[in-house]
Amino acid sequence: MSEEAACFHCGQPVPPGAEYPVNIEGKIHEMCCRGCQAVSQAIVDNGLQAYYSHRTALPSTASELIPAELSKLALYDHPEIQKSFVIEEKDAAHLKQASLILEGITCAACVWLNERHLQQLPGVKAVQVNYGNHRARISWDEREIQLSRILQEIQLLGYNAHPYNALQQEELRRKAKSRDIRRIAVTGLSAGQVMMLAVALYAGAAFGIEHTTAQLLRYVSLGLTLPVFLYTAVPFYVSAWRSIKSYRLNMDVPVTLAIMTAFAGSAWVTFRGDGVVYYDAITMFTLFLLSTRFLERNAREKSVEATENLLKLVPAMALRINAGQQEVVAVLDLAAGDLILVKPGEAVAADGEVVEGVSSVDEALLTGESRAVLKEAGAAVIAGSINLEGPLTVRVTGVGEHTVLAGIVRLLDRAVAEKPRLAQLADQVASYFTYVLLVLTLIVALAWWCVDPSRVLEIVLAVLVVTCPCALSIAAPAAFAAAGSHLLKQGILLTRGHALETLAKVTHVVFDKTGTLTYGKPLLNQILTLGETSELECLCIAASLEQASEHPLAQSFLARIGKHELHAVAEAQNFPGKGVAGVINGRRYTLGNRSMSLPLAGSAESEQDAPVGATLVWLCDEQQVLARFALRDELRPEALGLVTELKKQGFRVSMLSGDSAAAVEHFAARLGIADYRWGLHPEDKLTALKALQAEGQVVAMVGDGVNDAPVLAGADVSIAMGGGTQVARASSDIVLLSEKLPDIWRALQGGCATMSIMKQNFAWAAGYNFLALPFAALGFIPPWLAALGMSVSSLVVVLNALRLRQI
Amino acid sequence: MTPILMFLLGLAALMVIVAGAGIFWAIRNGQFEDMEGPAQRILMDEDDPMIPRRTLRDGEK
Repeated sequence: MSEEAACFHCGQPVPPGAEYPVNIEGKIHEMCCRGCQAVSQAIVDNGLQAYYSHRTALPSTASELIPAELSKLALYDHPEIQKSFVIEEKDAAHLKQASLILEGITCAACVWLNERHLQQLPGVKAVQVNYGNHRARISWDEREIQLSRILQEIQLLGYNAHPYNALQQEELRRKAKSRDIRRIAVTGLSAGQVMMLAVALYAGAAFGIEHTTAQLLRYVSLGLTLPVFLYTAVPFYVSAWRSIKSYRLNMDVPVTLAIMTAFAGSAWVTFRGDGVVYYDAITMFTLFLLSTRFLERNAREKSVEATENLLKLVPAMALRINAGQQEVVAVLDLAAGDLILVKPGEAVAADGEVVEGVSSVDEALLTGESRAVLKEAGAAVIAGSINLEGPLTVRVTGVGEHTVLAGIVRLLDRAVAEKPRLAQLADQVASYFTYVLLVLTLIVALAWWCVDPSRVLEIVLAVLVVTCPCALSIAAPAAFAAAGSHLLKQGILLTRGHALETLAKVTHVVFDKTGTLTYGKPLLNQILTLGETSELECLCIAASLEQASEHPLAQSFLARIGKHELHAVAEAQNFPGKGVAGVINGRRYTLGNRSMSLPLAGSAESEQDAPVGATLVWLCDEQQVLARFALRDELRPEALGLVTELKKQGFRVSMLSGDSAAAVEHFAARLGIADYRWGLHPEDKLTALKALQAEGQVVAMVGDGVNDAPVLAGADVSIAMGGGTQVARASSDIVLLSEKLPDIWRALQGGCATMSIMKQNFAWAAGYNFLALPFAALGFIPPWLAALGMSVSSLVVVLNALRLRQI
Repeated sequence: MTPILMFLLGLAALMVIVAGAGIFWAIRNGQFEDMEGPAQRILMDEDDPMIPRRTLRDGEK
């Protein structure tokens, strides 16, 4: 077999010795693993092989379907769970509809593949996949097919689907978008007609026109402007009225005033029969404002949708043991004193005490401690921690509000409420600007009333339109939207508007350790052979023994060995909290911690030169110790480069961690971080951060765990890793979907670039307004020219903002 | 005021109404919801997978 053979399905190299053939249209293609083979076979079996000729991007490597995962899908059929995301058809309760988020969509062929395949299923009424936001709307007949079956079919094709519960929210957004497009369409149609007629009227004014013809044109213009005045401009009136009621004038007040005065004046002129009408200015003005706002809102919604795609709806279910019987119940129904069974790989549903079973539990999300913790009968477990090895029976002591997790969330809520709000400043400035503008207009109007009452309307209109803070008001949003969409393409998702503004002011970057600077999972760090067996052979035996285990340590063995062929293991045994054992080629091996391994002379000293903070695992056969493996959470390779670069650019760098002193010290020394603290609880982290802020530092916090959530929310600007916990992502301003640390540096640069573009925009918009104002006030600018000037100045601002796509 | 002007204005109004109705119909039909997908979807041959089955049933070649 040639060495560079690539998997036909995913494009990864096919490892030597792998034999996973699939017959596609009469030709045998090699796959790299059983997962890809299964997916490819499913595609061919369903007559969907056209996917392979149409796709423009390769899918991700398919993972094998794990029975446990499939059974978890069945939870989505539970009526209690479905309540939150399924809509029932009004007249037929068995017709259901749900929105799904599809993971793994890489090109249009994926959309086609999913739609075709699902539509072939009996009972599926309609499938519609939106390529733009990777969501599917699906309706099915409950009597013929279950939702879990549909999700399973999607997994068969190598994609991942999970229900998305904000159906109503999405519906609202869809309606709002349709309404906006409708408004723009009406305004555009009317503006086109009115402007055509306006040309005739202006030409008529210059070269002479019959009075009756002019009147006809004016009345038709009035009729065409009515829909704009009465329908499409209404959002401005509403917003202006709301701002007046709350005593905080916004930019919509002068907009509304301009539209109303212009319409009233023009209508008066039309009925009276002589003078100048401004219908063209009204429609053009409205069209331009509506379009810019629509584009801005679209850019923002794109990032909102990307955020929502991260929020998976995990069924909050638990297995309750009631009189010896297991039953699936919603977590909300659990009460203190209940017995629940936590299977390996599942999250613990409530705080409690272990009654039966031995296992290790991963509490990293809550404590930041990267090592799994052994739990035996009598030990306390925390809701949200993940059971790794054996089944545990837990007596519930706290649910809902009373869990440790809920406590952290409360801390988070408080931190969010106290978040520094720099963004409000901009609104206040705009409000003052509006007051000044209105007062100025009034003065100009009074002055012209004394000089020439017949020109008052024209002048007031010109002043209002020319000084319309339109360019000023889009100066910031346009820059934010351009920078936001550019960063999103690179995997940096901005979830809050002020993030870029604050990024430009950051002086101090604080990192969490576990999962942020490091991978957050143990990696095989060192192999020390103690017998005659070679290093590779030891590794191979160890990986073979670990094949069946779900323990994170096992994963690191398998990751290290890659696609190397493993030994077959007989009599595989799992000793929770200790290790694994099994028979390979007739010899019995054990792999585990100190309590599993054979006593060995010299092993005491070999323990001394082990890497700091590492977990040690020994491999033994029946007679002797063969090797010692050291596993440790490792630094991400880009971490050192990032920290060095940040320090070079004059940022101060700190590390706050919940982990033990030895590990934190070790990593801090390697990264050259002088300011580090260890063993911190979530509230300690927040206190440390507050202390930095009290010194006048503007702090950017980078983290990923639940224990980081409060400190993320309290920081001036916060960055969460995309692979981190949902709570961390929800409480941060920026999410690194790419999980690449250098993107933090890129985001900081993006913030600075955005601020400088924004300042240019403000300077231009304000400069234009103040320059044009005297001319308009003195009567040199007719309203149509004012509207044109306003449009051009806004266009300049938008084009300038688009330069941000090149950062 | 010439009759031709009246006629042309009437015609323009009619076209505006037709265009407006068309856009409203397209919006209600959901044609503005996914702005990227349809452009890509046109490249897919919808009836591709049907061909082998039909040939099988008819017993051709």
